[in-house]
Amino acid sequence: MSAIALERPRARTEAVRRGIGRVTLFVLVGAALWGLWEGYRWLWMREGWTWPFIVNDISMPHIHSIFQALFDHARPGGVGPRLITILVEAALFTAKEAAVGFALGALLGFALGVLLAHFRILQRGFLPWVVASQTVPILVVAPMVVVWLNPKLPDSLKDWGSVAVIAAYLTFFPVTISTIRGLHSADRRALELMRSYAAGNWRILWKLRVPAALPYIFAALKVSATASVVGAIIGELPSSIQDGLGGQIINYSQYYTIQPKGLWATNVIAAALGISFFLLVLIAEKIVVRRAPENVA
Amino acid sequence: MSVVEIKDVTKQFGQTTALRGIDLAIDEGEFVSLIGPSGCGKSTLLRIIGDLIQPTSGTATVNGKPARQARIDRDYGIVFQDAVLYDWRTVAKNIALPLELARWDRRRRAAKVKEMLDLVELGGFESHHPWQLSGGMQQRVAIARALSFDPSLLLMDEPFGALDEMTRERLNMELLRIWEASGSTVVFVTHSIAEAVFLSTRVVVMSPRPGRISDVILTDLPQPRTAATREEPRFFELVTQVREALHLGHDVDHKLEASA
Repeated sequence: MSAIALERPRARTEAVRRGIGRVTLFVLVGAALWGLWEGYRWLWMREGWTWPFIVNDISMPHIHSIFQALFDHARPGGVGPRLITILVEAALFTAKEAAVGFALGALLGFALGVLLAHFRILQRGFLPWVVASQTVPILVVAPMVVVWLNPKLPDSLKDWGSVAVIAAYLTFFPVTISTIRGLHSADRRALELMRSYAAGNWRILWKLRVPAALPYIFAALKVSATASVVGAIIGELPSSIQDGLGGQIINYSQYYTIQPKGLWATNVIAAALGISFFLLVLIAEKIVVRRAPENVA
Repeated sequence: MSVVEIKDVTKQFGQTTALRGIDLAIDEGEFVSLIGPSGCGKSTLLRIIGDLIQPTSGTATVNGKPARQARIDRDYGIVFQDAVLYDWRTVAKNIALPLELARWDRRRRAAKVKEMLDLVELGGFESHHPWQLSGGMQQRVAIARALSFDPSLLLMDEPFGALDEMTRERLNMELLRIWEASGSTVVFVTHSIAEAVFLSTRVVVMSPRPGRISDVILTDLPQPRTAATREEPRFFELVTQVREALHLGHDVDHKLEASA
């Protein structure tokens, strides 16, 4: 008892040290990538190399000038709101679509996974169609969803509601596949134990199969979290929503030749949104999934 | 009345006969070990008693009921070679699992968990997770879980097989203490002759192909057993007797193979 009690605080400082190490590594890799970009840019410009593309301020702006652009006024001449204000507002709008889509897709994906895992016949019959649903390009699905749903949606959901559905479409698939896999991952002995307690299927599901599946499900949720952001951005294009990051991307790609930093800055914000979704799932996983340290993915 | 009654049980796995013509009656308060080489069907027999598998023919009754009904009534607790603890539950919650399934209320559960932690001497570890415990401690949690709902029968499938010799001997002592305290009947599957002799009131010797009972040896060592029991002449006599019975079972086996 005392031995383990003594190990506790040491484990905590260990964890803190590991955390610091990880952040340092992240920063170092970031710096290395920065160096790579700037080094490539410098070398290609000095030698005047044109393969695979000509390097100049349009094709590869300085990294610092991209970040600088975030704090410039959006319109030339130093008027109007700063670019970052516009982009963060757009990101929040897209985040709403993606979050609702993610929640919808995760719930649907989990429910479908439970259903397919429980009924083998359904699994055999439906799984190929679930897979097929993901081979249809999202650019084909998106406009159809908008055409089908928009007329039916109340004003409060109009447009962004359809985009959320598109994000959900990209979210549910990994969750379904991993749920099926995870539910079947329960240890054979653990199942025998439940049988020895005369536990019914429903209680085996909630007390054993679902907890056993959680690491698998969270692995899928991490993939889905970023996919839902991509889904929301792409979904905004056919529904011609101007308020989100999709609208901004269209906007700035039109002005790329005059103002390349705008598109790059939008990319930075879109990436930041995807990363924050991922981190939120990671934090939720740390809270929900209790496993031996070596068994956590 | 017998707690366990096996009548003419045969178990067939495809072409293989795992068990043939098994008859065995175990009385209340007995500690019976099933011993034999791999493939003699000792674990299969234990699973039939627990209704985790069904015999091809013959009957298994527990507490005068068909094994299936006894399982539904939660008449037995089971311990496997691996502790099979749920990683996502603390020690206390692992022990409480069968109580949750039996719909005990929270207060009763907490009181019982505390009692079981004391029984297996794991007080203070209730909020640890399984991976923070040693193998021996994990197995003690598994025993506490199996006994938490006061089953009249405890089924143990090589529970200490994965532990080192020192831990195994300590847990043997502890198991005997728990057996005396709980007054339950124990069916214990093992590979170890010394373990079987030390723990049991009766040792059932089995032989393979097809799995059958080749001998039943009454271990008339005085109760309660202590560390000194392992050094008594009678202990060695019984160990020899079980060993010879095991080899005899093998000889029969070889003769059968030769004549086939």
